[in-house]
Amino acid sequence: MSRAAIFAKIESATSSIKEKAAYPDYDLSIVHSLPKLKGEDLWDIFVHNFSYVNGKAMTSIEQLSAFLLETKQLHGYCDPALYDTIGSKLAAAGLTVETEYHRDRYDEYQFGVTRATGAIAESGSVIIDDDRTSHRLAALSPWVHVAVLERSEILRTIPDAIAVFGDSPNIIWCTGPSKTADVEGILIEGVHGPGEQIALLV
Amino acid sequence: MIGIQPIDQYARDISDEKQASVIDGSSKGTDKRYTVLHKDYPDPDKIRKLAASIKDHTLHHLEHYLEKAEKSLIARGVNVHFASTDEDARQTILSILRSHGVTQLTKSKSMAAEEIHLNPFLIENGVECLESDLGEFIIQLDGDEPSHIVKPIIHLNRRDIAKTFLREGITDTYNDDPETITRQARVYLREKYMQAQAGITGANFVCSDTGRLALITNEGNSRFGMAPVPVHIALVGIEKVIPQEKDLAVFLNLLGRSATGQQLTVYTEFINGPRSANQPDGPEHMHVVFMDNGRTDVLASNCKEILRCIRCGACQNVCPVYRQASGHAYRSTYGGPVGAVLSPILFGSRFPELADLPKASSLCGACNEVCPVDIPIPDLLLRLRDKAKRESVPSAGAIPMSPFAHLATTPSFWRTAITMSKAMNHLPIQVAPIKPLQDWLGQRTLPEWHGGDFRKWMKNREKAKS
Repeated sequence: MSRAAIFAKIESATSSIKEKAAYPDYDLSIVHSLPKLKGEDLWDIFVHNFSYVNGKAMTSIEQLSAFLLETKQLHGYCDPALYDTIGSKLAAAGLTVETEYHRDRYDEYQFGVTRATGAIAESGSVIIDDDRTSHRLAALSPWVHVAVLERSEILRTIPDAIAVFGDSPNIIWCTGPSKTADVEGILIEGVHGPGEQIALLV
Repeated sequence: MIGIQPIDQYARDISDEKQASVIDGSSKGTDKRYTVLHKDYPDPDKIRKLAASIKDHTLHHLEHYLEKAEKSLIARGVNVHFASTDEDARQTILSILRSHGVTQLTKSKSMAAEEIHLNPFLIENGVECLESDLGEFIIQLDGDEPSHIVKPIIHLNRRDIAKTFLREGITDTYNDDPETITRQARVYLREKYMQAQAGITGANFVCSDTGRLALITNEGNSRFGMAPVPVHIALVGIEKVIPQEKDLAVFLNLLGRSATGQQLTVYTEFINGPRSANQPDGPEHMHVVFMDNGRTDVLASNCKEILRCIRCGACQNVCPVYRQASGHAYRSTYGGPVGAVLSPILFGSRFPELADLPKASSLCGACNEVCPVDIPIPDLLLRLRDKAKRESVPSAGAIPMSPFAHLATTPSFWRTAITMSKAMNHLPIQVAPIKPLQDWLGQRTLPEWHGGDFRKWMKNREKAKS
């Protein structure tokens, strides 16, 4: 009912438009922000822009475990596929690492280690793709989210990241930690999502 | 009241404290937007014009792109619904919720849902419905209305919020530190997310080629609202469709920068279906409700350019009238310049009542200058003023102009009146017990009257020449 009525009204409105606008022919380089793309190495560009949005870029597991110990984020989740390479080393450093996320204990996980499925250098964003992420909540509810990233997965620009969307029904770009400025315009991090967003290069 | 339109009355009655919050919040937004756009792009105007032309093309071919979006979504296992009116939209959402047995849900900020007053309706019908955006959550606790598209509580300060949290039992001790307030909301809302059986969102864009909805937040509330629940419902205005995913790059780069001075907001989500098979969390069912609610009337009007709007709030931040009067003065979901155009036509039956809004502008053009989709707002305001004139909509609070018109078109009367009115300098009109005059003078100081001086000077000059 509504559908037919809406389409009829749209058609009646658009049919009276004398000059219909054509789809513009444009090159996506128009939206590249050149000052944000300075440099050659994609990881370096990513780190620069990711730091600008208060993300923390790390290149070793030692660096990560030291940070977690120092900030007293001692109990967390690790994607089972990353346990051998990362989770076990965090456990060896004295942290408690689970490879299963129990939603009834959502409040106990202080950090979550999951795969990033890419990154955008231009904006300093980590890409999380539902198809290849072990657990949505484990990447979201802990205070610290560690997105594990491979060098080859870093994309240069926002249009490049859109071009590789593929088939996944749910893709999220995380550009820094969760934040708000609702109260008097004052920036506060860690509203609903992670208060610390880490990108770990492996 | 003669001489005072409703919007002027709001501007007069607003408390100093609230006005300070609005002025401060909106001017901060303006500065950040300007700096970021101009730092990143040599000529941001080119991108604005490009975005405008993509939107115009889509709107001019809306039946094609809307149908394409519908097909793409259905192909991905999404249930697509259409709602002609606000009532249709509310009933559609309620019946979806009932079909899934949902009694509790969280909702991330959506102007479309605000527009149809979805929350109170669902609550009346026995569904616990909680706003999860921090600002909207506070608005809901207060039973208030958002006063800015992006910063819904721009009119509140930390003390107001701390009092609300104490009153509503979110905390048992008063603390107005913004970080503490945020943490309290974090703890309270997480429990609600985990208990909920559905998440309701809006959508910023819908790509017709793949059906992907783009959803933008900073807090991560929409992401959290959808992670633990089996049902996702998105309420989307039909004008949110864009031709293809490629175009997202243009709009996303403009939206964050124009709204908050960010290149991208923290969470940019792209969704076109229920969760992946290998994913333990997330909705098994996804519904998209495309809503008209007056949009086709706007499309048929001579103000259709307003449908380009991507809800960034830049025009509100920069508008001198908005800053003085606050968003509530516009008396509908959309305040500021965009609201002054959109509200009177979107809510067609409310036109006479909202006809003062298009007049509440000095036509300074700042709104057009900052608009990421280059909407000629001042032109549209003039078209609406014209509409009010043509439809003889009585102007609330306006002084009848016909005696003045008679005076101004009869030179002999005019000359006499001008000279005579010098007497005004000696009359105590500031204290005259005439209410409309008092209202008018309450906002203005009259300069000393020099009526007739110029004519006299001209006359003497002619004489001296001859």
